[in-house]
Amino acid sequence: MMVFARLIAAFTCLFCSALGVAALDINAVVLRVDYSQIMPISRYDLIPDDLGFAGGKLADEDNQTTGNFMGMTFNTNYVAATPEETDAVLDELLANGTTLLVVMANAEDLLKITDRAGPDVLVINATARDMSVRDDQCRANLLHVAPSEMMLADAVVQFAMWKQWREVFLIQGSNPADRTLGDAYRRAANKFGAQVVEEREFEDTGGSRRTDTGHVLVQRQIPVFTQNAEDHDVVIAADNSDLFALYLPFHLWTPRPVMGSGGLRPVTMHAAHEAWGATQFQRRFEEASGRFVQEADYEVWLSLRVIGEAVIRINAADPAALRDYILSDEFELAAFKGRKVNFRPWNGQLRQPVLLTDSKITVSVSPQDGYLHQVSTLDTLGLDQPESACNAFAK
Amino acid sequence: MQRPIQFIASICVATLGFAAPAAANKVFVSNERGNTITVIDSDSWEAIAEFPGGNRPRGIGVSPDGKYLYVCASDDDTIRVFDTETYEEVWTLPSGPDPELFTIHPTGELLYIANEDDNLVTVVDTQSRTVVAEIPVGVEPEGMAISPDATFVINTSETTNMAHFIDTSDYQIKHNILVDQRPRYAVYTDDGTKLFVSSEIGGTVSVIDPLAANGPELTTKIGFEVAGVQPEWLQPVGMKVTADNKWLFVALGPANRVAVVDVESLEVVDYILVGQRVWQMEFTPGQEFLITTNGNSNDVTVIDVARQQAIKSIQVGRQPWGVAVTPD
Repeated sequence: MMVFARLIAAFTCLFCSALGVAALDINAVVLRVDYSQIMPISRYDLIPDDLGFAGGKLADEDNQTTGNFMGMTFNTNYVAATPEETDAVLDELLANGTTLLVVMANAEDLLKITDRAGPDVLVINATARDMSVRDDQCRANLLHVAPSEMMLADAVVQFAMWKQWREVFLIQGSNPADRTLGDAYRRAANKFGAQVVEEREFEDTGGSRRTDTGHVLVQRQIPVFTQNAEDHDVVIAADNSDLFALYLPFHLWTPRPVMGSGGLRPVTMHAAHEAWGATQFQRRFEEASGRFVQEADYEVWLSLRVIGEAVIRINAADPAALRDYILSDEFELAAFKGRKVNFRPWNGQLRQPVLLTDSKITVSVSPQDGYLHQVSTLDTLGLDQPESACNAFAK
Repeated sequence: MQRPIQFIASICVATLGFAAPAAANKVFVSNERGNTITVIDSDSWEAIAEFPGGNRPRGIGVSPDGKYLYVCASDDDTIRVFDTETYEEVWTLPSGPDPELFTIHPTGELLYIANEDDNLVTVVDTQSRTVVAEIPVGVEPEGMAISPDATFVINTSETTNMAHFIDTSDYQIKHNILVDQRPRYAVYTDDGTKLFVSSEIGGTVSVIDPLAANGPELTTKIGFEVAGVQPEWLQPVGMKVTADNKWLFVALGPANRVAVVDVESLEVVDYILVGQRVWQMEFTPGQEFLITTNGNSNDVTVIDVARQQAIKSIQVGRQPWGVAVTPD
């Protein structure tokens, strides 16, 4: 397969040499850190072995199709490691000359990897949503294709405000990651003029994720848990632990719409998204991988497309030159979201619309109409420059 | 409304026909959501019929002799061919999967079809109804155009962001020009000296010199600006150039406007307010009128070409996409 791609590149380069374009090899690595996972509540959320990698391979095909016309060869190495192995695996990749690195890891490991790789390696955060790595812990050589939790929370609350659902009942999990997400929703509510009128914490008491006929107890417990809340228009769930949010719709004491980690969820992509040419993306992905796309697949696809697009436009694979171009006004990319995506040059975050899905269709896309911004309406989502504590980027 | 016959000699290739006594032309509009074709009379500007167009009808065109209407039924993976008099489906053409747009050879013998799903351009013989060639192109092929001398077919690929120059004699790609994000549509000036490619997400129209000494080259890009409209909604899609090579009309999608560009200076001189999400456009044969499809307001707008003004809106089926007009 790789040999075949090289032959095509060599062949089409007959045209390129006529145009004065030299052959170029682009070598990237997708590094995925695999954590021990508990079972998801829903089987739809089972993690496939090729999570993320399948999306990356589609990006390789997309990049290579253009590369064939330009005399470029895109090679991507896909590496999975346990947290314990990560340092050694990374050292070997670096020793082999890796300078373009797409990372699927939690925020803590992402920073460790970025710092270990050093400033001469361009690192793209494909999946971590944590705010800190974009804020006070930002790094000059670390770009974020993954949206932050704040961007996702803002996307949800903008929709609630568009619907005039101003009074929010916020339910968050008891783990630190759930509380951080709860903070993002509290902040979003404050930002857009919603009011959190009631807050409750759903305690993680451990145990197995499901039992036979588990719904019988869920059906009794959730109404009781949500009883006697202040009057509210909507329930927002902050449940990064995947513990309770999916149980909320239809089981609330007071019938209300649910958003956040359950009900209407903010996502970067889902397998039923069809607008703006996404149908073609879905079909290409399904044909290549034999399954439906997950968010991480899209995020790795987009990360490698960011690299590919920059390489194609500046005809170079040098990480510093790529970073400068990617952060410049020149850079733009189509991402099946109806408008171009590009980067915030002050913290390396990709500006992007956020899809809101009920898990069957795209219900809406934020930013919502009427949320304006002096730079880009996409900057109404997430941390904005004046609030940023990131100093690693040029002003 | 008289048809000025003196214009007919120089009208665009897709609608080239013999001068005939002035008669009303039929305007066919594909309704992507409604799965129908609306027929409008170009004298009365009234919708006179609506008939089933297959599943998800999008790209649409009339054979040079005016007898047949070709419709890309995208979800049927076929091109449906209708009699322009009876509106009966007469046969289908093999199109490859998910056909979206096509261009017709001036003789009417060949259709060049973009297959969005398969990174292919399919060439179909309209007489034998067979596939003549399949040409691998970039990712998500969409826009199709043919040079006035029919030596090159242009295909734009939406994810590869290129205009591919396909030699019509051997079906090989001879040149590639990188353009802005998501190129949707390509159109030549009638004299063949300029090729325009619209980039929906890039928000620009690339101007290409197809006859440059060292092969086709990008000359410049046209940008758009409308006070009070967010820049990201200025999304160029369909385009048409007048046969006198003076005016380029650019449909700007969700900006609900058609830009008027002076072909000589490449300056935008006006924006014509039309319906919502303006998509594709077609002239009447004498180029007195330009008809735009407005996908989100379920209507078409008729533009008076000389005055550069919208004169009428006509309700059609659900989510109109493409438009074609019978020759005189």
